[in-house]
Amino acid sequence: MSSDIDISLTVNGERVSRRVEARRHLIDFLRLDLGLMGSHTGCEHGVCGACTVRVDGNIVRGCLVLAAALDGATVETIEGVSDTGEIRDLQEAFVARNACQCGYCTPGMLLTAAALLKSNAQPTREEIREYLSGNYCRCTGYHAIVDAVETVARQRSGKAGA
Amino acid sequence: MKAPPFAYVRAASLADVFPLWRAAGPEAKLLAGGQTLLASLAFRLSDPGTLIDIARVAELRGISQVGDAIRVGALTTHAELGASEMIRQHVPLVAEAVPLIAHPAIRNRGTIGGSLAFADPAAELPACCVALEAAIIARSASGERRIPAAQFFTGLYATALAEHELIAAIEFPAAKPAERGVILELARRCGDYAMAGVAARAQINGGALADPRLVFFGVGESPVLAKAAMAAIAGKPPTPETIAAAQAALATDLDPPADLHGSPAMKRHLARVLLARALIRMTGTQEARAA
Repeated sequence: MSSDIDISLTVNGERVSRRVEARRHLIDFLRLDLGLMGSHTGCEHGVCGACTVRVDGNIVRGCLVLAAALDGATVETIEGVSDTGEIRDLQEAFVARNACQCGYCTPGMLLTAAALLKSNAQPTREEIREYLSGNYCRCTGYHAIVDAVETVARQRSGKAGA
Repeated sequence: MKAPPFAYVRAASLADVFPLWRAAGPEAKLLAGGQTLLASLAFRLSDPGTLIDIARVAELRGISQVGDAIRVGALTTHAELGASEMIRQHVPLVAEAVPLIAHPAIRNRGTIGGSLAFADPAAELPACCVALEAAIIARSASGERRIPAAQFFTGLYATALAEHELIAAIEFPAAKPAERGVILELARRCGDYAMAGVAARAQINGGALADPRLVFFGVGESPVLAKAAMAAIAGKPPTPETIAAAQAALATDLDPPADLHGSPAMKRHLARVLLARALIRMTGTQEARAA
């Protein structure tokens, strides 16, 4: 048993190996050990959603996952999904609708919105609100965020139907 | 906030867990999905010294049919429960509960075993287990035993698990053809812990509620089986008179403590409202149930 754990995992497509303190959560690992500052540290107890990232394809609270537990895992952050262009339309809609505001919740909002649209291509505004309800925006500008997600859902389904 | 320092060890198999657990000392805790444990460590509510990560123990995974029961491995996540066709078909109450549990990112990691072992009085799955007369399959170094869900939750955050005993699986009886279940809760925001909730199940027999089970959550130290209200509706259709009698009976079933979400009087009121809605939905048409 040890307080320092060796892990090897894939982050945004790149293989990384590090020795981490057992108590290091995924967001501190990404920010402090790997220098990936796009995932934000908010409440650090699973309430605010600012630290939302993907582990093995699914969104998680980065503050409620230990880096030590992720040996062999695949992690994707806002930097990774920005580079691949996967959510470019969502990002453009957030800019167009002024849904970024202060920007603190934005990476988590984007990854959560992307997960919603993957599971439900045409959500109602109510469904968008419910899905995003675990991501807090302290600017409280939720309308703009819901507008942006709704816009992209319409754009994507319009394209799919065309 | 940051968790206190601790040691970490990963168990590769069930046989691995018990010697590691014993060696790690009395304060050591098992780490499954970590959605409650890691938050409580961030608050420094506990200082376990060592975490034993059981998330990769294959024997604790999977959903399968065993005779007339559906066996759900303790490490099954809420998201996996929600996506399972077997659960939707045979344990529909649990499928209906999943969207009420926290948020998608938490449902992707939180496990049913973790939820039951933590035994939060406002949690949905403990109430579902009691309503459906599930069995908790507990495992220790000396073997396996079955604990009826109604005897599993022994108090506030307390369970019948012995020292160095874990939850291996949960067995739900498959729903009978005439069985209806419903789970309803009232929370200020979706995903929050409920101010009050009810998980209910009955066999619908010509519009009457046979063999009803009514379990309230968020209104006591553990899930509360509302025996007086159950007796008031047993074998009857949910007429306004029956509903009123069941609501009156709740006065003897429930003794809610005040908490951050409301006073005892408010919780009693919410429980009466939820009870009426649950009884109507269980006997209603598909359209009424969806409304």
